Amino acid sequence: MDRAADGAQARRHPRGTRVSAQELSGPSVRNDRLARRRRVGHAMEAGAWLSAAIAVAILGLVVWSVASKGRSELNLNLITKTPIPFSLTNAPQGLSNAFAGTIVIVGLATLMALPVGILIAVYVNEFAPPSIRAGVGLVLDVLSGVPAIVIGIFIFLLLVVGSGQSALKGSLSLAILMLPFVARTTIEVLALVPNSLREASLGLGIAAWRTTLSIVLPRAIGGILTGTVLAVARVAGETAPLLFTSSVVGTKTDWDPAHALQTIPVAIFELSESPSPQDHARAWAAGFILLMFILFASLGARALVTRHTRKISGR
Amino acid sequence: MSTTIEPPVNEPSVKVEIHREPMPGRERLETIFHVDDLDAIYGAKAAVKGVTMEIYKNLVTAIIGPSGCGKSTYIRCFNRMNDLIPSYRQTGTIRYHDQDICGSNIDPVAVRRNIGMVFQRPNPFPKSIYDNVAWGCRVLGMKENLDERVERALTQAALWDEVKDRLKASGLSLSGGQQQRLCIARAIAVEPDVVLMDEPASALDPIATQAIEQLMHTLKSEYTFVIVTHNMQQAARVADMTAFFSISQGEEGSRWGELIEYDATEKIFTAPSDKRTEDYVTGRFG
Amino acid sequence: MATADVTATPTRRPFTGRRVRFGDVSLQVVAGAAAAATTALVGLITWKVIDGSRLAIVKNGWGFLTRVAWNPVIGRELYGAGSFLFGTVVTSFGALLLATPLALGAALFLTELSPRFIRGPVTALIETLAAVPSVLIGLWGIYVLGPALRTSIEHWLHAAFGWIPLFGPQSAAGASVFTAIIVLAIMILPIVSSISRELFLGVPLELKEGALALGTTRWEMVRGIMFPYARGGITAALILGLGRAMGEAIAVTQVIGGSPTIQWNLFSTSDSLASKIASTYQGAVSRLQLSSLIELGLILLVLSLAANITAQWIVRQTARKHGVTRGGHA
Repeated sequence: MDRAADGAQARRHPRGTRVSAQELSGPSVRNDRLARRRRVGHAMEAGAWLSAAIAVAILGLVVWSVASKGRSELNLNLITKTPIPFSLTNAPQGLSNAFAGTIVIVGLATLMALPVGILIAVYVNEFAPPSIRAGVGLVLDVLSGVPAIVIGIFIFLLLVVGSGQSALKGSLSLAILMLPFVARTTIEVLALVPNSLREASLGLGIAAWRTTLSIVLPRAIGGILTGTVLAVARVAGETAPLLFTSSVVGTKTDWDPAHALQTIPVAIFELSESPSPQDHARAWAAGFILLMFILFASLGARALVTRHTRKISGR
Repeated sequence: MSTTIEPPVNEPSVKVEIHREPMPGRERLETIFHVDDLDAIYGAKAAVKGVTMEIYKNLVTAIIGPSGCGKSTYIRCFNRMNDLIPSYRQTGTIRYHDQDICGSNIDPVAVRRNIGMVFQRPNPFPKSIYDNVAWGCRVLGMKENLDERVERALTQAALWDEVKDRLKASGLSLSGGQQQRLCIARAIAVEPDVVLMDEPASALDPIATQAIEQLMHTLKSEYTFVIVTHNMQQAARVADMTAFFSISQGEEGSRWGELIEYDATEKIFTAPSDKRTEDYVTGRFG
Repeated sequence: MATADVTATPTRRPFTGRRVRFGDVSLQVVAGAAAAATTALVGLITWKVIDGSRLAIVKNGWGFLTRVAWNPVIGRELYGAGSFLFGTVVTSFGALLLATPLALGAALFLTELSPRFIRGPVTALIETLAAVPSVLIGLWGIYVLGPALRTSIEHWLHAAFGWIPLFGPQSAAGASVFTAIIVLAIMILPIVSSISRELFLGVPLELKEGALALGTTRWEMVRGIMFPYARGGITAALILGLGRAMGEAIAVTQVIGGSPTIQWNLFSTSDSLASKIASTYQGAVSRLQLSSLIELGLILLVLSLAANITAQWIVRQTARKHGVTRGGHA
């Protein structure tokens, strides 16, 4: 075999730098162009690794801070005792009013948002022509872009001015925040239900409305609930709208939606501005419980999403 | 060779028309790739096993065989494209200029610089025609005389006349055959040694196919072509050397591809040594 | 044998043409009403906020947008959005500037670089960052991030580059625009990252292979092929992130300190539209002050809607572009 290779190459490429086979054996001084390109590539890849690491590290830092700083106040008192503002003694206090209020407000918000969200999804998926479908999709996207504080102002102007705050009004503002989320995930989930199911039902002579309510929705219920859990997790930590609608609260553990009730996020917000270190610790502790709830709900729901989508679409 | 193949009566036989200049004698051939006992494996299943052959410079080498015999996997070994697949491993060597390009110390980027590839479905970039060809040159540092390089590549790919007035148009606005020629131009613009072609004309109509075959014929004096094709007539038309792969079966139903016979095309199609080759080229199976 | 009419069974009425079932109609009407109500809701929100700021619009005039003042003293009330608009712009764009390379880097890591087995967990973790309530990030910002930044980065930057107005003296309170920017960046990172991730996953494999087969490095392929392909979607993601940053009230108000001035110093205190509303609302006494706060909210609403609608428009444009099939005509 003659090694006319180099000669042939010279003949073919009389000009320019030509990467030769020597390059194959790794970084070569002769062609620093490839070496430089490789260095740049590696630097960029290192940057990508670093970015992901930073993102995960921040999450870790926040969780760790929340877990460690609230430890002194993380006890049963937190949930069972009421707060004692401006306390000069060491009487045990907690945030029982906030826990109760959060349950009431978030629960009511879910009850308000869920049916409306499902109805919107049913309309978009089962009845609407494509142009309206796109329009409603746009409306939902726009609604989800309205800042939470503006929603708070809205409910304030609509309902609170003149009549005062209440948990119900707070729930309404949270429901508006949840709505686009619930509607969108329900739309996606309904779209997964195979058409053959609908056709089978209609083919049997079952009315469209019955098909939707008794066949399609139950099939999709897993995904709908998962989406709801995610929406609840999202909204459980909302503070801004409640400042306008349910922030002037009492310290007693109150479950009445007609009153303004305290919620955990608002309590944390107010405690964070206080000068007392016990208040801070209580804020961290309450934050820990809130965060744990949200993390379990989010991660749990996400873990179930794949299972549900498979079940719904029948694959 | 005095053996003749007699197709059985009433069975369709492959009419192979061979119009090709004679290959240079074996002693004047230069080896560009030396493949030695190559196994290509995905996870637990081998795609090809035990391939040993030499590929010669400035020839067109065709790889033919039934579907599933690992032809695509095999050709992708030559430019380390299989590295992109997570479960892939291989054993054996492929020597290129006395280097084993499968070695872990070899940078695939450098390998692909010298060994280009054209894919089965045309995949032009969503850029202008000019940029499709020029982008690779720019990135690889061949920035001088870009206009000339682009024109030269497009001319060699037999596309220049059709696009010279609309170089700013999107590459995606071309027809399938034109897109594939654009991909060929893009590959040869960076001046590789070898151009690998994985069934380049299988998605194209006969006229576009013919243009590409003509291209290979014209350009093989400058490049070495290795082409995978499921079309035997194509192999017979364009290839100087042909490698026939087939599927072998092992215990427990495991299947893998194997090199059955590798020889001058004329011999493969008129006087194959292996019965399996004969069965395939006469159309008895595959 | 007579052909059986398969649609007529003894228990059902014969098919006599289009019959509108009451159940179908009611479901459609109710569901449609829900959709219509939601559409009306957006308009209602806008109208109500305009209505609530009407008093302020009249009293404050157009100068409100640029005036730097917030004097609630009765008898000498003067309000202006200038400093808060400035604060919103600085914090939001600063956060975007900081978050974008990190988010794109993380997305690239998850789609191109990471080993398969950590892809799922890391994706979930980064999305979980979005689930952390803003009040907790703010709390963390006040007591962990803020002090840490103060003694480290802020101190070094001021010591080294103090002559640049950007790195002026640190505020006494410990709160700063800088902390707010980082807090906001943390909050928008997951959004931008997850949208970018989806976009990168959508780049066709054949384009990537075509680029790599030429002998380009992975980064060159990303820069030359993936980024241009995903350009529209990434822009939309960035604008969405910007909108989110502009609207964040709680975390910002916790760490920004609240001063109604315009300063170029990153380490001074400041205020944004959203954080001003959140911090001052409960102390608002006069009707004009309240209405002026609502006017701030109106400006915020307009900005957020603009960002959101722009992002949605870009998304729909790019969807149309990528829906074009290839090799259109011979």
